[in-house]
Amino acid sequence: MTQTTPIIEARALSIEYKFGRVWLNALHDVNLTIYPNEIHGLVGESGSGKSTLALALMRYMAGNARISGGTIVFDGVDITRTTPTEMRAIWGSKIALVPQDALASLNPSYTIGEQIAEIGRLHLSLDARTAWACGIDMLRRVKIADPEAVAARYPHQLSGGMQQRVTIAMALTTKPRLLILDEPTTALDVTTQAVIVDLFRELIRENDAAALYVSHDLGLIAQLCDRVTVLYGGEVMASASIENVFKHPIHPYTISLLASLPRPVNPTHGMETRLPTIEGVAPSLADRPKACVFAPRCPAAIAICHTEKPPLEQINAERTVRCHRWREIADCTLVIDTAPKLIEMSAPPEAGMVLDADHLEKTFGGESMFGRLTKRNGVHAVDDVSVHINRRSTLGLVGESGSGKTTLARLIVGLEATDDGNLHLLNAPLNAAVDARSRDELRQIQMIFQNPNDAMNPFMSVGETLARTLKRLSSQPMTTAQIDARVAELLESVRLPMDYAARYPTELSGGEKQRVAIARAFATTPALIVADEPTSALDVSVQSVILNLLKDLRGQHGTSYLFISHDLKAVAYLADWIAVMYLGEIVEEGTSEHVYTMPSHPYTEALISAIPVPDPTIKSKQIRLHGDPPSARNIPTGCRFHTRCPRKIGAICETDVPPYRDAGGEHFIRCHIPVEELARLQQDSPNPILDAQI
Amino acid sequence: MIRFLLRRLALLAITLLITSAVIFALTQLLPGDVARLILGREARPEAIAALREDLGLNNSVPQQYIDWLTGFVTGDWGRSFVSGNPLIRPLVMDRLGNSLRLAGFTLLISVPLSVFLGVISGLNENKFVDNAISIFTLSVVGLPEFVTGLVLINVFALGLGWFPASATAPADASLGDWIRQLILPAITATFVLMAYIVRMTRAGVIDELKKSYVRTATLKGLPRRTVIIKHVLRNALLPTITVVALSFGWLIGGLIVIENVFSYPGLGRLMTNAVERKDIPLMQAVVMVVIFFFAIANLLADVVYALLNPRIRLD
Repeated sequence: MTQTTPIIEARALSIEYKFGRVWLNALHDVNLTIYPNEIHGLVGESGSGKSTLALALMRYMAGNARISGGTIVFDGVDITRTTPTEMRAIWGSKIALVPQDALASLNPSYTIGEQIAEIGRLHLSLDARTAWACGIDMLRRVKIADPEAVAARYPHQLSGGMQQRVTIAMALTTKPRLLILDEPTTALDVTTQAVIVDLFRELIRENDAAALYVSHDLGLIAQLCDRVTVLYGGEVMASASIENVFKHPIHPYTISLLASLPRPVNPTHGMETRLPTIEGVAPSLADRPKACVFAPRCPAAIAICHTEKPPLEQINAERTVRCHRWREIADCTLVIDTAPKLIEMSAPPEAGMVLDADHLEKTFGGESMFGRLTKRNGVHAVDDVSVHINRRSTLGLVGESGSGKTTLARLIVGLEATDDGNLHLLNAPLNAAVDARSRDELRQIQMIFQNPNDAMNPFMSVGETLARTLKRLSSQPMTTAQIDARVAELLESVRLPMDYAARYPTELSGGEKQRVAIARAFATTPALIVADEPTSALDVSVQSVILNLLKDLRGQHGTSYLFISHDLKAVAYLADWIAVMYLGEIVEEGTSEHVYTMPSHPYTEALISAIPVPDPTIKSKQIRLHGDPPSARNIPTGCRFHTRCPRKIGAICETDVPPYRDAGGEHFIRCHIPVEELARLQQDSPNPILDAQI
Repeated sequence: MIRFLLRRLALLAITLLITSAVIFALTQLLPGDVARLILGREARPEAIAALREDLGLNNSVPQQYIDWLTGFVTGDWGRSFVSGNPLIRPLVMDRLGNSLRLAGFTLLISVPLSVFLGVISGLNENKFVDNAISIFTLSVVGLPEFVTGLVLINVFALGLGWFPASATAPADASLGDWIRQLILPAITATFVLMAYIVRMTRAGVIDELKKSYVRTATLKGLPRRTVIIKHVLRNALLPTITVVALSFGWLIGGLIVIENVFSYPGLGRLMTNAVERKDIPLMQAVVMVVIFFFAIANLLADVVYALLNPRIRLD
């Protein structure tokens, strides 16, 4: 790498937060250098300090934070010593932020146009009319169709992808030298994310800017960035070019993190796999180890790691690492085992049917008197959907937001009543509404929710939460001693220490809370567990632990899962059957292997191609779905997907409903293109994600 | 927007209809015969019977209600029971004018003052200024109105002589006289209102300051003043509108103590008089008027709220 002058350089930066009377170190001795035209990735789990660092580079800190050491040199000036007035001249003009939550980051009371024009008036000294025109021009540059109309709208009237485009337009108005992108696509669908990331790449190059891209998604970093810094416990663990970090990682944390990414595996017959995981939890601010922060969880930790903090070593011009044992790792004398574990399959799927959902229908709002009066269409969330789940098997349900997958889950659990269709549980008819279901039926179907924080009563201890489920749903009355014993058993099954029974939700980490949610779901040994995005709110290293746990428990209890996720890799890892939903309809279903390795429906193909591959040497297939999914109020005629389909064959797609064809081996596809043709298209351009080895 | 207004006006009519029925039912529960009440304990039975016939008291209760309601809607509010039996409508209208004047004047003082204090408080959360404002506003709201009112009278009217102690202005008084008379009761009412509006504004400001869009505005490089006034206050003051509307309703009909302390001829005092004298038609009329203004103030608050908040659609 040619050593030009960096745009921004943080040296030995330390930041402290004040809690009560003590100052706690949030960032310790952090070095970060970004060169012109570079997209620099910043990876870390929650609590690692990545957002603190990203904002500190703009000299923007929380009220209880202070810089306790080090310098940040931007454009030749140490901005740790500038006045607020001087910073205001830099903010929005030379450094701009693209925030994580676009809707929350836009003022709800002003139009989009005004919020962009404000920047032009302030930094470019434009008059009101020119600033407005400049704003419209910016909207056009972030590829918003009909920018004049969008400029007159308010933030809540736009879709998530559009809102994020607006924040990009705002950040780029002044052609800043440095862009700070703080998880800008985390809240978006994978298809939208792919389009937005393309846009970043293009605009950053075009503007001759440098960027810091903060993310927990290693795949995204690999596909977008030139260099990457890995943060853990407020310290830099490693920093290197993207190829080095992903192909030749030398820090145990980086190695373990990459190994724990969920991915589909094809084990030999009768065996199944477990993902490698990082044991333990990330330390909180108050109890970070004095020596190496990663040592307590490190698979390669030795005595010195627990007594002495390793220095951040500069290996060569572009690579730094903070580890006592990096030399051993680099010259391969120390190998950290990262291969997925193969274990004997304790309980293979069985033929017996657990759940049979036939021709389910659900429309929201269409039936009400008000809806009829105003002649508004209802939202047809689930349209003639049938799913079948066998004993001990897992049905993975994927689709963008608004595809109806969560509604389908709620219909099965009974939280919403079906408009039409039949449900059968263990071959017996099942009532549609949850309050009409018997205790026995309730016991057989349990649910795990996406956000463990909202799913637990904050005033109930873990033990009370579990005991309550047992008391309410057990088939015969249990004594207190029996309940206590069962609670202990459940905690053990999700690998939580016994004394956690006395803890309250606020005393648990996100992963621990989700384990309690899983324990609660298993309390009644149900036949079916509906898990709605159970890992999306969790950190990468925790996600693999939860996925493994779900796999183990499925084997032990013979439970079936309906596993809903937008993360196709997680679905492919856990599910043996995948159904893909689009606008309330299943467009493709089949075995996990078929759907994931031979995604035949153009929509599935696009979904899979949108997954960023955590391997910088593999560029994924560039299939992009433009525009947002149509509203479920106005479902397109013919094939629902024709408005966005990259493989549309003609008028037939707009007029005729496509057939649901069997492509052989119980692989069904809803498309006008003949199945042989779809298979041929896949062979011509196989998906490179399948070659990714990490 | 028009559909929203029509729907809300229809709802308002229904609200008034229901409350009128409730009020009428409640007055039926009051002990004592109205005719005897009017004519006195010594009245002859024939006279009472004649009056009962005259007042329609021999009709069925629903019939009486319908008669009263039609009268009320068509502007015939009946006559008061008090000596001289004056017509109720001009009396209530006159008092309503006084109440509206006092309410308007009070809002003119209390809203800008309280919003200002609330914003200062919110911007300095838990700092000295915030604590000082909180302690002040909360301690004056804790004092009963007759205490603050009497203290004000003693200091500014009897002591310094700046303002009159009693607020009974003649109908033809000049604007200056009116204001001089309104000041002390308005300040007393402000003391009561201030705490609510200050707390609401303070909470609004604190809430909004935590939102991400404030960070966006700051990191645009906007001056702190613009961030606060243009971005934060635009959203933070929305909930305050509702509190102000509720306060207006209270100012119209609820100033019973203040009006009595300052002998101010408003609706509140008229109401107490009516209750004391069991003047049922007068009571009914006053309550209906007060409720009408309460409902109108709420409707206005909703409309203003929706106009200022683009996230709310009126349809």
